[in-house]
Amino acid sequence: MRKRALRLTLGAVAGLGAIALFPTIANAQEPDPVTVLGQQVNLLWVVIGAVLVIFMQAGFALVETGFCRAKHAAHVVSTNFAIFGLGFIGFFFIGFPLAFGGFSTSLIGLDSPVGEPLLGSGNWVFLFQGGWALSTGTITPALLGLFLYMVAFMDTVATIPTGSMAERWKWGSFVIWGLFCGALYYPLFAAWTWGGGWLAKTWDTMNLGAGYTDFAGSGVVHAVGGAAALAGALVLGARIGKFDADGTPKAIPGHHIPMALLGTFILLFGWFGFNAASTFAATDVQFATVATNTAIAGAFGAIIAMLWITHRTGKPDPGMMANGMLAGLVAITAPCAFVAPWAAAVIGCIAGVLVIESVFFVERKLKVDDPVGAISVHGVCGSFGVLAVGIFSNGSYGAAWNGSTSEGVEGIIKGDWGQLGAQALGLAVIWTVIFGLAFGFFKLQDKISKSMGKGGIRSSEEDEIAGLDIPEMGVAAYPEFVSR
Amino acid sequence: MKLITAIVKPFKLDDVKDALKAVGVAGVTVTEVRGFGRQGGHTETYRGAEYKIDFVPKVELTVVVDDGTVDAVVEAIAGSASTGKIGDGKIWVTSVDRLVRIRTGEEGADAL
Repeated sequence: MRKRALRLTLGAVAGLGAIALFPTIANAQEPDPVTVLGQQVNLLWVVIGAVLVIFMQAGFALVETGFCRAKHAAHVVSTNFAIFGLGFIGFFFIGFPLAFGGFSTSLIGLDSPVGEPLLGSGNWVFLFQGGWALSTGTITPALLGLFLYMVAFMDTVATIPTGSMAERWKWGSFVIWGLFCGALYYPLFAAWTWGGGWLAKTWDTMNLGAGYTDFAGSGVVHAVGGAAALAGALVLGARIGKFDADGTPKAIPGHHIPMALLGTFILLFGWFGFNAASTFAATDVQFATVATNTAIAGAFGAIIAMLWITHRTGKPDPGMMANGMLAGLVAITAPCAFVAPWAAAVIGCIAGVLVIESVFFVERKLKVDDPVGAISVHGVCGSFGVLAVGIFSNGSYGAAWNGSTSEGVEGIIKGDWGQLGAQALGLAVIWTVIFGLAFGFFKLQDKISKSMGKGGIRSSEEDEIAGLDIPEMGVAAYPEFVSR
Repeated sequence: MKLITAIVKPFKLDDVKDALKAVGVAGVTVTEVRGFGRQGGHTETYRGAEYKIDFVPKVELTVVVDDGTVDAVVEAIAGSASTGKIGDGKIWVTSVDRLVRIRTGEEGADAL
């Protein structure tokens, strides 16, 4: 008993002594150990988020392959497979510096950026530099963690057009898209927003709310990807047999509905890394709000879509239910940290209807063939998500966002219209400049290919009819079955 | 010798197989086919676009039998494959000119 009491007393004295010593340890030269531990935990959180988002590549692969025909399955799944590495390589060498060369966040211990502005300065930066091939400048674990997380977001953009352009896109042309997306296409808008460029600074230059605000990328990722999806589908043209002579759309059913819906669940799973880890801090418990808002929007999106498609066509089309869940998830991606749970539900409901009506509009009115609904899920619902920040944000989070004097991001439900202005400007830029860049890329690529006698970026008619698997990949997804 | 060909509903295959065994038929060949008769097709919607389903999945069976057992076999198939609903299928009988068992080279009735 006395020995134990002695040990306890010694332990207490040692403990008190250690705490007493902290002030002398935590002087101006030494960082506070609690802060350092927080940064370490936060870096772990970001890396976990990166891994979850990278796993979403599997989700995309399954969704797209399931919604396409069996004779193209090896091709479609291969585009979704290869896009990871292609975008990655472009981003590794060129894209990451252009977008994030000027980015820093003490949350993960990235106290200084790896580089600086390349084009522009102050509030008007258009491109950054630094960290080329992750080899120039100060390369720290925190920087590498940031890279891993950001490369996952870039690859999400890169894979979106593979859905709208499926079943008639030449493999070689697709490869060049992957490299282009990682090196230039994605980084441009990312530099202007998340990287700290001019759109993030419109709170200062144009007095617009907290500047363009996009927590995890309804705009930076999904609308940008959707714009490329539309551009590519326009340049390629519709699949053979998609539209009647009089323009009536004909159904081309996917070959594996269970695969597509499984892929949707995998996307849902990964989305928790996409949105919740965008706090960049496990020490910022808003990640729990973000995760829950994400789930709410996905759930409501799926069910409202189920009800809406039943109302419109008589049956609960599984593909539309899946698109509905994804629409809700895409739409909540920008506002997830800034809105109340009731607003997340409303956003999910609106997205669930919007995606279905958009699919009808794109197909019946625009006469654009989008085999998986990528334009509607990502382009349209992503755009809605961007605007939703300016509508539903309740001021409870986001103080000093983008370095602004904002005390919390606020939308028109709090009487502030400035944020909506910042969001609308960002959207206008996406659908003019960024869409124009994608359209220009595909059009130019098509022209060059034709002038070289290679026939353009669209596969030949015979290949498309036979199925791209054998002519393009040399391998059939289902060699033992006869496919149409 | 006669070739009996029957188109039946896929879920009836097991019942037909059991009925054939019961009348002493030793072997049968089965193919998965699609088809339609007077029943016609119907329209479905996929992602809001309509499409016609004309062809319905069916199963085609063929058996070669002795002239004497044709009637019993036809009745066995018809009885076991029937549901009374549209799309039950058809049976037809054609002549077989020559029959060979590959393993042994036996011909004719010995090959049945």
